[in-house]
Amino acid sequence: MANSVETSSSETNLTVAFIGNPNTGKSTLFNAISGGQARVGNFPGVTVEKKVGKCTFENRSVTLIDLPGTYSLSPRSADEMVSVDVLLGRQSDVATPQAVVCIVDSSNLERNLYLFSQVRDLNLPTVLVLNMWDLAQTRGVEIDPKALQERLGVPVITTSAHRKIGIDEVGKAVVAAIESEVKPPPKLFPAEFYEEIEKLSNWIVERGGEPVHFYLLERMLLDVRGASEESVGKQLTPDLKEYLGEARLRLASSGCRIPAVETKLRYNWIREQLDGVLTRTTSDQTASVSDKLDKILTHRFLGILFFAFLMFLVFQAIYSWSGPFMDMIENFQGFITGLVEGWMQPGMLRSLIVDGAIAGVGSVIIFLPQIIALFAFIAILEDCGYMARAAFLMDKLMTRVGLSGKSFLPLMSSFACAIPGVMATRVIENRRDRMVTMLVAPLMSCSARLPVYLLMIYTFIPASLFFGWLNLQGVVLFAMYSLGAVVAIPIAWILKKTFFKGETPPFVMELPPYKWPSPRIVFDRVYDRAKAFVLRAGSLIFSVTVLVWALSYFPSDHTELFEIETNIESITATSPAIELELETLAERHNQLSGQLIRASYLGQMGQAIEPVVKPLGWDWRIGIGALASFPAREVIIATMGTIFSLGGDVDEENPGLKSALMAAKWPDGSPLITIPVALSIMVFFALCAQCGATLMVIRRETNSWRWPIFTFTYMTILAYVAAFLTYQIGTLLAG
Amino acid sequence: MQNQSEILKTLADVKQVGTTVRIVDVLGDDAVALRLMEMGLTEDEEVELLGFAPLGDPIEFSVRGYRLSLRSSEAARVHIETI
Repeated sequence: MANSVETSSSETNLTVAFIGNPNTGKSTLFNAISGGQARVGNFPGVTVEKKVGKCTFENRSVTLIDLPGTYSLSPRSADEMVSVDVLLGRQSDVATPQAVVCIVDSSNLERNLYLFSQVRDLNLPTVLVLNMWDLAQTRGVEIDPKALQERLGVPVITTSAHRKIGIDEVGKAVVAAIESEVKPPPKLFPAEFYEEIEKLSNWIVERGGEPVHFYLLERMLLDVRGASEESVGKQLTPDLKEYLGEARLRLASSGCRIPAVETKLRYNWIREQLDGVLTRTTSDQTASVSDKLDKILTHRFLGILFFAFLMFLVFQAIYSWSGPFMDMIENFQGFITGLVEGWMQPGMLRSLIVDGAIAGVGSVIIFLPQIIALFAFIAILEDCGYMARAAFLMDKLMTRVGLSGKSFLPLMSSFACAIPGVMATRVIENRRDRMVTMLVAPLMSCSARLPVYLLMIYTFIPASLFFGWLNLQGVVLFAMYSLGAVVAIPIAWILKKTFFKGETPPFVMELPPYKWPSPRIVFDRVYDRAKAFVLRAGSLIFSVTVLVWALSYFPSDHTELFEIETNIESITATSPAIELELETLAERHNQLSGQLIRASYLGQMGQAIEPVVKPLGWDWRIGIGALASFPAREVIIATMGTIFSLGGDVDEENPGLKSALMAAKWPDGSPLITIPVALSIMVFFALCAQCGATLMVIRRETNSWRWPIFTFTYMTILAYVAAFLTYQIGTLLAG
Repeated sequence: MQNQSEILKTLADVKQVGTTVRIVDVLGDDAVALRLMEMGLTEDEEVELLGFAPLGDPIEFSVRGYRLSLRSSEAARVHIETI
């Protein structure tokens, strides 16, 4: 669509691909250049994220493609093949890139250049970006970029993407690289290898195949059971497989043992290039600080203690720090409601706006402070390098349930939101590990559950202190957060013993040196995720809220109710007689609204399912709240707000949902929500798969309906049983 | 051959923190072997043992100027010689 507008500039439109190792700041650089306005989707047929941004380099409009972080360009699966296909213009939904930008971590140049040396063999205009330049300097790594540029034959620039330093140079270097002639890639392999490539090329053409790119021929020879031969030789197999086997044998007999030869020759070449260009000063202060820190943080006793303390601190802290902000939002909501009620007469539209829209969206937004606090903690831990240590510390434990330390990060992220968590399972190379991690990730207590916990805990759990500082409310919150993780252990174990049996996959992981977290990176991540949460709250939750409002409003006749409301609002003077009249009116109002909601569609549905939820200690209102929350669990607050405020349980002095819940009663007058009921609600929400978006992401990632349906079923049964036990045992103990 | 493979030691046999050893070979052509080599564990390269995770596994090494974590089962794939 945009193309039709830019007909005149179509000739100058460039496509540029970004590639780099994980943790090189590639995405930060990508965001800095594209202004954070990337479109995120999936490459067709595979589970690889496609991130495309727009920008301008030297007055030429540019399409940027952010390829997934990788240590090498030796595709072993269809997913890994995508990057090679994009770079070689074989991916039909992306234009062939005119240039490739290879982003490396300057403080870990040697290992990072391995990918660069493969990218070089693509024979495309290439720019090498030495990112995290500031970090390398503080770590005593001295690099001469000019000398490196001379040796490598490509433009070399230095950036510190998280400080937006050197960003403009990237565009200039890319345009310069495109406009100048590409120097042929260095020939790292012995002559025999290039002869075999020539032979392979001829062999394919002789059999009627299309001519194949040099890099793919190289990969076909070097990658035993790789994805390139699969991708190229669809018509030629099994002949091709046989031919490649023989070719590799010929190479081995001439001293090129595959696959070891590639890594050995490339690393030798890298060392030659860096000789005299890169020096490490011995007075590396930060490294020794990092070493000392590591001694403590990965210590067999202190490390675990610190880890547990950190996790506990996170939840205690977000709990107390967010309070003032929550109050501010609540006051603002009350202010807006007051304004609307001042402008409008009681009626259907006002009811929709106040009880549907404002109440619904407001009671979700109110939890933004906690969510921001939680995401900030996760972003800081990731950026300072602690997350990799957490995986290192947790690996042995995770292997007990058949997973690896790499599953820790996706599962930890799922505490914020299962959607990025499920997507983060992409770092797990092993399919079985990835599947199990994905299927238990929704059990982790995501931020959308936080509102339910907070509401229930603030309202029903006493804020008594143990030892003078340990708040009972914090303890219950911690217990709820732990519940999903604890339950996930036997579930993962069972899944590993049944559906996903197999050998233990590799655990080869980089432990980056500790650094101070970058405020910009932390801010960007928090902003991104908070925005996503609010957008979901704004669209999905809004529509569900209005639907629930409609179900609870119709088909009853509200004329009398509105008359009473108009009456109440018209009375302003205060005298004992008028106050008495007000009280009578209010009583009639509550009674009437109770009748109305009971007669509504929602009330009818609720009463029908009450026998099912009664063993959990719930009445039909809570049951309806849970039912309405299956598309998105955030909705529970909005739904309950709508149900309880329309139900006339609102305390006039404090129009919050908390007081409405405390005032809620069974028909016999006993309080509806006791501590066992509050716990049963929380346990249900902790374990239930009430998130359509997560299930959709699982579908997309597994490319099958089977797994989202499986996840939904097992979690719902689990949630029901656990909530049942919680209520029954809780009642016994309390009784 | 039988004799030689008995004499060969692997990275998993290194127990003393701070020991530096030299890589002789990484065995196999599977995903684990390839990843080990891609991460820079290649012939003649020197590796230092930095420490063990609290439960004894995985193991932290220093190679090519960065820190790498391997499980003992993976470290056992890397044949080494003492210096």
